[in-house]
Amino acid sequence: MKLITAIIKPFKLDEVREALSDIGIQGMTVTEVKGFGRQKGHTELYRGAEYTVDFLPKLRLEMAVSEHMLEQAIEQLCTAAHTGKIGDGKIFVTPIEQAIRIRTGESGDSAL
Amino acid sequence: MDKADLAWVSISTLLVLLMVMPGLALFYGGLVRSKNVLSVLVQVVSTFALAIVIWFIYGYSLAFTEGNSIMGGFSRLMFSGMLDLSTNKFELAGTIPELSFAAFQATFAGITCALIVGGIAERVRYSAVLLFTVVWLTFAYLPIAHMVWAPGGWLFERGALDFAGGTVVHINSGVAGLVGAYFIGKRVGYGRESMQPHNLPMAMIGASLLWVGWFGFNAGSALSANEIAALAFFNTLVATAGGILAWVLVEWKYKGKPSLLGAISGAVAGLVGITPAAGLVGPGGALLIGLAAGAICLWGVNGLKKMLRADDSLDVFGIHGVGGIVGALLTGVFNAQVLGGPGLDSASAIPGQVWLQFEGVLITIVWSAVVAWVAYFIADKVVGLRVSAEVEREGLDIHSHGETAYHR
Repeated sequence: MKLITAIIKPFKLDEVREALSDIGIQGMTVTEVKGFGRQKGHTELYRGAEYTVDFLPKLRLEMAVSEHMLEQAIEQLCTAAHTGKIGDGKIFVTPIEQAIRIRTGESGDSAL
Repeated sequence: MDKADLAWVSISTLLVLLMVMPGLALFYGGLVRSKNVLSVLVQVVSTFALAIVIWFIYGYSLAFTEGNSIMGGFSRLMFSGMLDLSTNKFELAGTIPELSFAAFQATFAGITCALIVGGIAERVRYSAVLLFTVVWLTFAYLPIAHMVWAPGGWLFERGALDFAGGTVVHINSGVAGLVGAYFIGKRVGYGRESMQPHNLPMAMIGASLLWVGWFGFNAGSALSANEIAALAFFNTLVATAGGILAWVLVEWKYKGKPSLLGAISGAVAGLVGITPAAGLVGPGGALLIGLAAGAICLWGVNGLKKMLRADDSLDVFGIHGVGGIVGALLTGVFNAQVLGGPGLDSASAIPGQVWLQFEGVLITIVWSAVVAWVAYFIADKVVGLRVSAEVEREGLDIHSHGETAYHR
């Protein structure tokens, strides 16, 4: 089992969700986050004051997938979240030791 | 007594009240960060209330009764002699009860004090605002109102023109705000952290109410439902429109984008600019004053602000101070009959009048600045002008007032 953590542009959420549902991924957790990478921020001007907004709003998606789904999920995610412009985001993959569905007590792949 | 005049001045008084509550409060409130919005609202509301009470106790008397050329006398303390309810006798001021005139003028004193809050917002201690207001109102607003508006007043007798309070209200409060910004110091993180307005639609509602209310401020200053009121009314419309367009267009050209904050700032600049001139220039002059005020105040919050190096949080000086000065000087120009005004009968009288206007501006700046400095000094020594850095970081709403504007 792997945990996919993806940072994406907020307006891409619906496309990403659809693309992942299409291949049978049944759940994800979405968090509104702020951060910066190579995109840096942008400047806003209020009367005389110019502010550099360093932290841009992004969404963090987390989903647990079984090993055989991993490649396909990443592919779908990349395609759906892609705009080609700087600031499209990143995907991190980490191993999961154990997963348990609270309602039934199932564990492992069947809990995903 | 003239009933139409009484009705108009009463409505005008309500309109000026609307300018402060909720107009100015929302305008200022929208421009600060969300952690400080309530503190600004409560400061505006309380300084206004405090000024009204002081006005009743001794303010009106010192501003508008006979005294010397600087200050009035004590004959109207607690409005004594203004009305006798046992005989139902009300003294008149012109064609309206003096009580109505005093009420109208009370709102002017109130809004002037409330405007100053913008210069020291987001870091000033609440009790210090109140203490400052008492001292500054007494020793700056009252004498300047007396000098400019009361028969026998220094500037009034010299012939300085100020229809609705360009010097008394706007330059006066603008300078006090700027001195405050210097005295109290910059906000924590100023220039490094984002201090962008937390709610521009709120500021837009506030600015709109300011514009609506300003018709009472300017046209009501005719103190009569007459032709001068009609002139001041239209001038308040056209100058403000000019202010908006000038600000937005110049901003668009030099900063790249026309902004909402620019549009509403331009409206306030136009309104401030036309205030001293409202009933003293023709509509063409009013439009030019509005355009000039809009463009020059944009410089006031950019180039001038950088030169001054003060954290005048809400640009009280950049807009009210600068706009007031532009309006006061141009009143001396467009008052001339050759330029469509009702006053000066020859073009050669213009430089003399502009000089008189300049004198009035200068005296107001110096007077207000000195009194403001002393008043801030007193407030600082007695209660401490500024909150601690920790409180400032957390926000004044929760620390000073125990409430927050928005649930998180």
